[in-house]
Amino acid sequence: METVKIKTEVNPKKTKLKISGAEAIIHCLLAEGVDLLYGYPGGAIMPVYDELYKFQDKLTHILTRHEQGATHAAQGYARVSGRVGVAMATSGPGATNLVTGLADAQIDSTPLVCITGQVTRHLLGSDAFQETDIIGISTPVTKWNYQITEAAEIPEIMAKAFYIAKSGRPGPVLIDITKNAQIDEFDFSYEKCTAVRSYNPIPKPDVQAIEAAAQLINNAKKPLIVWGQGVILGKAEEELKALIEKSGVPAAWTIMGTSALDSEHPLNVGMVGMHGNYAPNVLTNECDVLIAIGMRFDDRVTGSLDTYAKQAKVIHFEIDKAEINKNVHADVAVLGNSKDTLGLLLPMIKENKHEAWHGKFKEMYKVEFDQVVNNDIHPTKEGLTMGEVIEQINVESGQKAVIVTDVGQHQMIGCRYAKFKQSRSNITSGGLGTMGFALPAAIGAKMGAMEREVVAIIGDGGYQMTIQELGVIFQHKVPVKIVVLNNDHLGMVRQWQELFFDRRYASTVMVNPDFVKIAEGYSIEAKRVSTREDLKVAIKEMIASKDAYFLEVKVEKEDNVFPMIPSGASVSEVRLK
Amino acid sequence: MEKEWFTISVYSENNVGLLNRISGIFLKRHINIESLNVSKSEIEGVSKFTIVVYTTEKWTHNIVGQIEKQIEVIKAFFHTDEETIYQESVLFKIASNLLFDERQIQNIIKDNNSQIVTVARDFFVIAKSGRRNEINEMYDQLKPFGIMQFVRTGRISVSKEEMQITALLNEFYQDK
Repeated sequence: METVKIKTEVNPKKTKLKISGAEAIIHCLLAEGVDLLYGYPGGAIMPVYDELYKFQDKLTHILTRHEQGATHAAQGYARVSGRVGVAMATSGPGATNLVTGLADAQIDSTPLVCITGQVTRHLLGSDAFQETDIIGISTPVTKWNYQITEAAEIPEIMAKAFYIAKSGRPGPVLIDITKNAQIDEFDFSYEKCTAVRSYNPIPKPDVQAIEAAAQLINNAKKPLIVWGQGVILGKAEEELKALIEKSGVPAAWTIMGTSALDSEHPLNVGMVGMHGNYAPNVLTNECDVLIAIGMRFDDRVTGSLDTYAKQAKVIHFEIDKAEINKNVHADVAVLGNSKDTLGLLLPMIKENKHEAWHGKFKEMYKVEFDQVVNNDIHPTKEGLTMGEVIEQINVESGQKAVIVTDVGQHQMIGCRYAKFKQSRSNITSGGLGTMGFALPAAIGAKMGAMEREVVAIIGDGGYQMTIQELGVIFQHKVPVKIVVLNNDHLGMVRQWQELFFDRRYASTVMVNPDFVKIAEGYSIEAKRVSTREDLKVAIKEMIASKDAYFLEVKVEKEDNVFPMIPSGASVSEVRLK
Repeated sequence: MEKEWFTISVYSENNVGLLNRISGIFLKRHINIESLNVSKSEIEGVSKFTIVVYTTEKWTHNIVGQIEKQIEVIKAFFHTDEETIYQESVLFKIASNLLFDERQIQNIIKDNNSQIVTVARDFFVIAKSGRRNEINEMYDQLKPFGIMQFVRTGRISVSKEEMQITALLNEFYQDK
């Protein structure tokens, strides 16, 4: 590490005393303001757990039932609070069980610090019990990782870990600590990291680029904004709103950007992407200027790149230089933190209304409403739809809940129909599409925002991938609300089989257990509903409950999510049925 | 887009695991590294990776972006062959008797501007530096006589344009 120079802040409370590496790790966490972490103990991390025992008045450790649950809980916590989520595991299988959460956090830019124990230094490479090369394994799915083999490295590396995880485009960092480094003693002192010379987290905004962007926006006849999570991560919600209102530009969002703007804002034209709204998808290919803010042109957003917004000048506001021209060519690239760049852009923007252009969005929404939305949220058929469940949660929660979704049909329906008034309210596994994400993420989200209502919406498939985390809800009395939308199928895969594989339902039919009994086994109040009247009553009861609540809703078995852009098709080839 | 030869130069910290991180970026995109060289650079404490790929400019641009994004990478560039001065080195191990029995071998050594670096009882070793095509030509000339061992280094290259790494680092220290 001698070549990495870290500029440090002077800490007046800097302490110097001989302590073990394990205790040093606790002091590092406390110095970074951590008061909650998730994890699972084991041989190679036991010295740290021993210290956690001693510091339990300052640092709460939540024992998840699987290490994957620890990472997703840490993600939920981070996403809702904007703080760094912390997860801990032992070596070997403990460490490998973190990998899915790391990959999820990497692709969805979530700040995590994961700490793993490792076999003692002299056993490295000997295939010792529970030894695994977690540095090698986690490299492609971490923003940074490092193996500590000497206790004295701990403060500098931990400081760097937190700095890297949360700065610039956030991401997961994994620190692997050999057992000897946990046991050995050294003179501890801690200084926060504020810079790393080889790392430029926030590029300086280029005023010329911003002027060029302003000119394009001001001269545009049919401009469209598509924003992503970069607005939330950059804390630029106010700037985005101001930009939209001043410029009059219709604004659509990616799944990761969902709650950055009030769902009912008149210029909010909905979601883009595979199951996004009709108007913003189709009109992406009619706009003359496409203003992308803190989004990365994921293939689920763009469909076929060959036919994506070819007619438009593209302006890309982005913090990560590597995203520029990665998928879509940017005519104007504005690097920097979205709060800074939008703040600089705002005074250059001319007031406008774009009424005729906005009218087109309204017209197309009407088509979508009549053909899709109305049937989803106000169905007249007997069976329950996922959409009406979400709509009922909107009604009962006053659109104030944090909605945590898993992956699949219910996720698309959830993101389409859940309404938000507050940022950081839609927590989902967007990029990786990790089934099993929602239940642990909801636990983390609740702990990150105890004052808020947290509702997890999960399919019957994904629920069973991390169902063991009910144990955490039970043990720690976490008052999350769990809604399982049960269609007895892996719904999204089944939908694809129906549409593209001649209804050959290969391994998508699920014979499910009695979910209510399982929840009751954990002393969680539980209900199952299958009629509209019962649904309304149950959701009212669930939202009113002060405790955890489990609600299984038996929904139509073979409903499909529309609109849909078939994989690889153009955004203008949206299917409404 | 046409595939071309590109030389990627990476200035980085000298840390364990960075090679793995960089090679993973190629692996993820199923792109083969044609040649790789890691050495110290002109700046103290800064390493330099020289990586040769045969792919499109678009992919090279994306790869370089991903490399530069890594925390311990200071700066990454890519250049076409015309924009760099580049060389590779090789060693040929050849049976000693051929040096005396086959007069043509001495001519090959001379014509190719290569040197004999050692002569032992059973073998001698020829070293040659140059562009890959020059090396390939020499290889083809020696092959009929029998090559006991052959090894080629990765490409090393310097760019014609200024790299300004020192300026970049100085800027960092001034800002902080």
